[in-house]
Amino acid sequence: MTSADFQTLMPEILLAGYAMAALMVAVYTTKDRLAPLLVWLTAGLFVALALYIGGAGAGQRLVFNGLFVDDPFARFAKVTILLSAAAVLVMSQDYMTRRELLRFEYPVLVTLAVIGMMVMVSSADLITLYMGLELQSLSLYVVASLRRDSAKSSEAGLKYFVLGALSSGLLLYGASLVYGYAGTTQFAGILSTVQDGVPLGLLFGLVFMLAGLAFKVSAAPFHMWTPDVYEGSPTPVTAFFATAPKVAAMALIARLAQDAFGGIPGQWGQVLAALAVASMFLGAVAAIGQRDIKRLMAYSSIAHMGYALIGLSVGTAYGVQATLIYMAIYVTMNVGTFAFILSMERDGRPVSDIAGLNQFARKEPLKALAMLVLLFSLAGVPPMVGFFGKFYVLKAAVDAGWVWLAVAGAIASVIGAFYYLRIVYFMYFGAEQEPVDSRMAPVQWVMLVGVAAIMVLGVINLFGIEPAAAVAAQALVR
Amino acid sequence: MENQLLSIITFLPLVAAIILALFMRGDDAAARNGAKWLALFTTSATFVISLFVLFRFDPSNTGFQFVEERQWILGLSYKMGVDGISVLFVMLTTFLMPITIWSCWTVEHRVKEYMIAFLVLETLMLGVFCALDLVLFYLFFEAGLIPMFLIIGIWGGKDRIYAAFKFFLYTFLGSVLMLVAMIAMYLDAGTTDIVRLLAHDFGSETFSLLGFQVMGGLQTMLFLAFFASFAVKMPMWPVHTWLPDAHVQAPTAGSVVLAAILLKMGGYGFLRFSLPMFPVGADVMAPLVLWMSAIAIVYTSLVALAQTDMKKLIAYSSVAHMGYVTMGIFAANQQGIDGAIFQMISHGFISGALFLCVGVIYDRMHTREIDAYGGLVNRMPAYALVFMFFTMANVGLPGTSGFVGEFLTLMGIFQVNTWVAAVAATGVILSAGYALWLYRRVVFGDLIKEALKSITDMTAREKAIFAPLIAMTLILGVYPSLVTDIIGPSVEALITDYHAALPAQGTELALNEGHSE
Repeated sequence: MTSADFQTLMPEILLAGYAMAALMVAVYTTKDRLAPLLVWLTAGLFVALALYIGGAGAGQRLVFNGLFVDDPFARFAKVTILLSAAAVLVMSQDYMTRRELLRFEYPVLVTLAVIGMMVMVSSADLITLYMGLELQSLSLYVVASLRRDSAKSSEAGLKYFVLGALSSGLLLYGASLVYGYAGTTQFAGILSTVQDGVPLGLLFGLVFMLAGLAFKVSAAPFHMWTPDVYEGSPTPVTAFFATAPKVAAMALIARLAQDAFGGIPGQWGQVLAALAVASMFLGAVAAIGQRDIKRLMAYSSIAHMGYALIGLSVGTAYGVQATLIYMAIYVTMNVGTFAFILSMERDGRPVSDIAGLNQFARKEPLKALAMLVLLFSLAGVPPMVGFFGKFYVLKAAVDAGWVWLAVAGAIASVIGAFYYLRIVYFMYFGAEQEPVDSRMAPVQWVMLVGVAAIMVLGVINLFGIEPAAAVAAQALVR
Repeated sequence: MENQLLSIITFLPLVAAIILALFMRGDDAAARNGAKWLALFTTSATFVISLFVLFRFDPSNTGFQFVEERQWILGLSYKMGVDGISVLFVMLTTFLMPITIWSCWTVEHRVKEYMIAFLVLETLMLGVFCALDLVLFYLFFEAGLIPMFLIIGIWGGKDRIYAAFKFFLYTFLGSVLMLVAMIAMYLDAGTTDIVRLLAHDFGSETFSLLGFQVMGGLQTMLFLAFFASFAVKMPMWPVHTWLPDAHVQAPTAGSVVLAAILLKMGGYGFLRFSLPMFPVGADVMAPLVLWMSAIAIVYTSLVALAQTDMKKLIAYSSVAHMGYVTMGIFAANQQGIDGAIFQMISHGFISGALFLCVGVIYDRMHTREIDAYGGLVNRMPAYALVFMFFTMANVGLPGTSGFVGEFLTLMGIFQVNTWVAAVAATGVILSAGYALWLYRRVVFGDLIKEALKSITDMTAREKAIFAPLIAMTLILGVYPSLVTDIIGPSVEALITDYHAALPAQGTELALNEGHSE
């Protein structure tokens, strides 16, 4: 271990040190009174680290004897994770304070989860992978049951924990099989093993690992926990679940598929494609009957994960680039949408029934317009940026000769458009009912309107994420 | 400056919409009037600027003119330009928009948003006709669904929700298949530039797919994917069912834009993509398309006869008239395509005017039921005259523009497929049947309905709205060269390229030309 090793790991170490320090200070001094400050401090640190990582030099460094890798791919994913986590943190502060939910543990746990995600996307070894994944998951289980006096929140946390533990078990079992047949836990070693033929046991291990990871991205048929956990968790936590962890898990699948099993795309490509098709259709169809906007967003995220998986399943550098762009667009859209959902309340109580949005456009034209833009963007209708996400993954599929996958994705997007339109229908055409309040915290307003503006203005050049994603993808797929 | 002309006319309405959205506050009478006047002024200015395009346009040049090109993301380009085929659609759009805006002067419900929706829609429609990049075209083509969805959904009639969803999902399904085909074209040709795609030969070797032999190979597959989109948009039988619902529920101005301009995107798409880019595929599928058109003409005319709702009747009549357009396009000869374009332009004026006619009495009586009217001529002589004129134009009376389009397309198709021509020609009789019967029931007879006793004739504003439409219908009816001179050379180049791409059919081509001389 040299100083270069530690220097590469600096952002993670810094965050870990910060989390411990914050925990200590808060426990021994002011407890929850410090929490709002901590939220902003944590968000600020995230943004600063995102800038630092984004500006860090090019190239690839493999450190700690091949356990941890820092390359453009990891940096792209980390910047996305950090920025989305920061956005979700700041916009949840108002919501949690007013409901006396804001405990100092919340920002600390989020920080720990983010460290886990950063380790995940940088892992170059099965052990690192598992460590990162568990650090992330354990923090999230606790965050899900943050509202201790609510049965629903506790149920969400418990459900998430039990099913998450099951998926970790699957993953671990798969990893042990892979280790047994490859003789090494390092991705590079596995890669060289599979290049001279794939033992059946290793293939089993691969499938188990993919199943475990599919759980984490909530791809069908491993999605069952998603709607319940999304619905039961406090809304800011749901917003967090829908953004950063999804990027991390998706990046981890890409990392594992390309770095460890890059020589045999035929073996995992079809598995991922099947997951993609199942997710897109299940997400689109199951969301139609939902009346609860949080459940609806859960199915929406299942469908979106399906599209992101299209890019990974084709196994090309272009496909990985498409997935990275898709995920970046997806988290941005979700930040804006959840900023809106956070502000939905009636007499100070949170509302998640979409019928409550009836004729919202009449009372709040600007907010309704911003939400309209976001919904059409989620549905993938041009000229919103969401369309370009779909365009990239469909192009990646056709590019690799998987036309049927692209056609399936296109058809699923039509079915999916229906339930986004239904929210538009409630906001613009519905009959007047008991309305939601129009109060909105300034931060949420900025996020909502800002993201909507990004969705429209991004048509000009996607804010330059395309070349960054290209560099990242080429670093991963060699 | 000249190179940016198309961008200016395309985005001018959008700029006005943004100004309206950001700087116009309040919902009092002054704000409503301000919104209306700004919209009217902008659309009129757009029309005036577009006249420069028309006058500077050189019909003898069959290439694209006023071309503007910039780099965009993903190796795509922002490229705008017009040729003989698209320039008149641009003119049709800019000409009809001020009329449409003026026709909704009486709207009082959320006026600002209404104007914004129409202004955005104009930008998107103009973009469709000017775009010279596949993805840019798709962007405008699809985005147009959003304002139309809102127009139907917010300002529509009783069952507007159902109609709005049906409209959106139907057309969206057609278009996403086109998107996949566009991606395949991009990868095959390595460019999304329409000009270069027009020169690219897509593979046409027969291959087998799931046990079927696909004649025309890749071209047929691409053709079918584009067909899914344009046939729905057009709309062709049997995927026309969204149109009557959308028309009936849309507000008057929405119906006008839908019938007069949005439907033309399908026909424009056939002429811009299907025919020149996939000639072999188009040739393989042409008999099917021709028969579908013939069925559309006869079937929807018969359906129109049975309607009790005025707007629905006119909507079915639109489907029938679009049948002539597809028939003319896939006849793939000079008369056929000239006629198809002419029919689209003329239908833009006539169907727009007919929907405005319905709007006039709907504003007074708030019903579109044919049975609720009768004997209007006694109280509304001016209205009876205008309605008579456009009914006759719809039937295709010689001297109106409706006649020229029908005659040319029938002449075109007669050289290619006599049977289709024979079946389609019966549509002329049927259209006279439903249109005149509608007119008789609404306008003639004794004025016995109590509610109609106090109905008033058209106001000066309403008369002024119809004046330009009447003028255009008459002018094009007696002097069709105004249109055919502009589109002729471009259409001729298109047909030459089309037949050159079909080597095996050379003898048939010679035969066709022998006929027409």
